[in-house]
Amino acid sequence: MIEVKHLKKGFGDKLVLKDVSAVMEEGKCNLIIGSSGSGKTVFMKCLVGLFRPDSGQIFYHGEEFTDMSDDRRKEIRKEIGMLFQGSALFDSQTVEQNVQFPLNMFTNWTLAEKKKRVNEVLERVALKDAHRKFPSEISGGMKKRVGIARAIVLNPKYLFCDEPNSGLDPQTSLVIDKLIKELTDEYKITTVINTHDMNSVMEIGDKIIYMYQGEKEWEGTNKQIIFSKNQRLNDFIFASEFLRDAKDMRMLEQTGKIDNNRNMDDLIK
Amino acid sequence: MKFITEFGRYLLMLKGMFSKPENRHVYWKEFMHQCNDIGIGSAGIVVIISVFMGAVSTLQTAYQMVSPVIPKSTIAQIVRDTVLLEFAPTLVCIVLAGVVGSRIASELGNMRVSEQIDALEIMGINSKTYLIAPKIVAALLVIPLLIVVSAGLGIWGGWIAGNASGILSSNDFHRGLLGSFQPFNVYFMLIKAYVFAFIISSVPAFYGYYVEGGALEIGRASTKSVVVSCVLILFSDYLLAAILL
Repeated sequence: MIEVKHLKKGFGDKLVLKDVSAVMEEGKCNLIIGSSGSGKTVFMKCLVGLFRPDSGQIFYHGEEFTDMSDDRRKEIRKEIGMLFQGSALFDSQTVEQNVQFPLNMFTNWTLAEKKKRVNEVLERVALKDAHRKFPSEISGGMKKRVGIARAIVLNPKYLFCDEPNSGLDPQTSLVIDKLIKELTDEYKITTVINTHDMNSVMEIGDKIIYMYQGEKEWEGTNKQIIFSKNQRLNDFIFASEFLRDAKDMRMLEQTGKIDNNRNMDDLIK
Repeated sequence: MKFITEFGRYLLMLKGMFSKPENRHVYWKEFMHQCNDIGIGSAGIVVIISVFMGAVSTLQTAYQMVSPVIPKSTIAQIVRDTVLLEFAPTLVCIVLAGVVGSRIASELGNMRVSEQIDALEIMGINSKTYLIAPKIVAALLVIPLLIVVSAGLGIWGGWIAGNASGILSSNDFHRGLLGSFQPFNVYFMLIKAYVFAFIISSVPAFYGYYVEGGALEIGRASTKSVVVSCVLILFSDYLLAAILL
């Protein structure tokens, strides 16, 4: 579990995070959503320690992360895996070397043991025949999967994903979402995801935090979000007429008042 | 004010490099990789520059030696000392600032912009120790070696040019090479080589590591790192000459 208390972070005169408090639940997919500039990337970078907050506290399993010694912070970071928006794979290394890199750095395993583990995780993310390829030779979806494989190779307790679906087609996005959800459930990882993708919100959002202009505006589950009365959240999620109509139909369905005069054709105007 | 801030960040970057390697074997591999990139990767250009620099300095020194009372072997002495004191360390290092410096700055800049440095930090790896320290140590090992090779090739180029153009015989050249030789000149060349090697590796690393933005900024950082390195090389060249000679 990751607990955040009264987090503030600014750059120059601009306060990007204004007193954010939240709890990232263990073994669940915690989604942070919000429009561009709402502060969700800064929030995530504070969580993993890439930015030092101006004030506030972050606790990893009750242990304060913000004021921790560098050595202890290094230890905690070994329990963190992160998937970056652009995958952040090392250009000069093959897929296999990228995934093996954390093992080379932090384990004393034999080469055979490392290869076995690399094969396991690459198989887990459905990448069997890409070992010898360089990042420049694989597609965006494959890069994300290699990024996930590298993030989970040391069996992390925490997985952070910054916009895992950006630049991917809807079908590949679904595959990535499903994979993240499966890994979260399988290894009981505390997963934190920054996303704009509404499909992800509905599919894998065990817990959703909506940020608006540097503040936590709403939190709840993917089942609650559809019935939320928060105007800003509704404006963000149901931005298009199509989605607003879809929401109306879903609510009618949920309340048992199905409008027989409307069907999917009404949505596609 | 900006200069002081940048200099402070540069010193902090150097300080940040000093931490215990997470895995000595991985760091050793990275160090060897950098030795290869800096040394073997620049060897071709160093050979070409050195041979021609020696050859041209023989021809130009002979052109200026118009007095018949000065023995021809003096040309070799002048070529030897010019190559050792100035051409091999300074000229070659200015070229290396372009070749090696721009590569270091753009490599680190690209890693910063594409979040590869953040990825290392998240893994619990000190990115300064892993990315910058091996480059500086490799440069400190390999660049002085390149300078020694360059000095040898420069003198050899001078001998070839002197012979080929008929300006001075091999005997004259060898006599000149051995005459009034001061071993301190070699030490001075090596001192310069170490100072310049540090500048060539650490300054571009600083500009690359702290790059912000995208491809345009990487290009700018790369250019700036080469310009600043060259200016610092020339400035420290003067300073070392004033202090040590």
